[in-house]
Amino acid sequence: MRGLIAGTVWEGDVMLHYLILLPVLYSFWLMLSGHLSPLFLILGALSSLLVISLQQRMDRIDSEPALLKITPGILSYALWLCWSLLKANMDVARRIWDPKLPIDPVWERLDIKVTTPGEKTIYANSITLTPGTLTTDIQDDHFLIHTLTPENMDELRRGEMEERILKLRI
Amino acid sequence: MEILINLLSTLCFLVGGFLCLTGGIGLLRLPDFFSRVHAAGVTETLATPVLILGILIHQPELSLDSIKLVLIMLIVLATNPTASHAMAKAALHGGQRPVIFDQPKDNNDAPSRGGDLSKP
Amino acid sequence: MIFVAIIAILMTMGLALIRACKGPTAYDRMLAANMVGTKAVLLIAVGGYALNWSGFADIALLYALINFISTIAVMRFFEYQKSSSDLSGE
Repeated sequence: MRGLIAGTVWEGDVMLHYLILLPVLYSFWLMLSGHLSPLFLILGALSSLLVISLQQRMDRIDSEPALLKITPGILSYALWLCWSLLKANMDVARRIWDPKLPIDPVWERLDIKVTTPGEKTIYANSITLTPGTLTTDIQDDHFLIHTLTPENMDELRRGEMEERILKLRI
Repeated sequence: MEILINLLSTLCFLVGGFLCLTGGIGLLRLPDFFSRVHAAGVTETLATPVLILGILIHQPELSLDSIKLVLIMLIVLATNPTASHAMAKAALHGGQRPVIFDQPKDNNDAPSRGGDLSKP
Repeated sequence: MIFVAIIAILMTMGLALIRACKGPTAYDRMLAANMVGTKAVLLIAVGGYALNWSGFADIALLYALINFISTIAVMRFFEYQKSSSDLSGE
């Protein structure tokens, strides 16, 4: 609350955020409706404005607006994540079809270097999204990770994913 | 060109269907809840994008539906880890513990660290 | 070839239903139910495209959102139940 009313540092940032959000919401409406008659265009504009005003009220409650930060770093991270997803999927699929079922589940704690909530969210979600590794609990300084094989755990401990997330500076 | 498009989309449909089946088989074969979550992850993180890619390649021209299909893919990819994590955490709170094969050291390790989670 | 994918999706839904019936815990059943939901999204997308339905993408989109929300809702409900021993039975 203090931030939105008295804070001058990021007030401009927040206004810019809403100005970016408005066309995004409007194009989302256009995409979903697919009609271009005046009635639908006006209704779309009204509902976009309604969503913006609702979000502005919500931001005032918790005083930490969720700002969109799409940088080239995030895109390159997404590409790298796709590639590692592909590899992990192949591995898990091979293990499932193997008649001997070569799995050896591990459930251990993983100390983390990421600190901000945004980084932690991305890290935990990336771990869960990759088949073979699953975040079961999130604490201040460690995650509890369940993996299908010890190799998956070693891969996480080597920390390539974490380094890449730290470079994003969310 | 047309042959290439047909070939690629056929490949996508076959691979996507195979990955779906892999997830189903894994759901039946794997020993405990936590490892079954990994099997479910296979179908959701690779089969969905591959099948949707197959439709996108197969359809004659881009339309509003293609954008919606891409959006479906993004929604499934964004929500799947959250749902998996919610299920795993609920299972931990409910007193489920992962099955660990013959590794007494790790076996004592993890539950003692996560032991306080089990109390509601 | 698109029908091979549809049959594979239907078979996967069947396998997930077997897991949902067998259990053994409530969480396994919910995992299977979530998987049936995801496969239903794919079935609507692929089947609707193959059969030339109009507006199939809208339905699939809606189903993807509802599937996520229902999973989260049921899991929050499980998480804050008092006695966990009731859940792990049968």
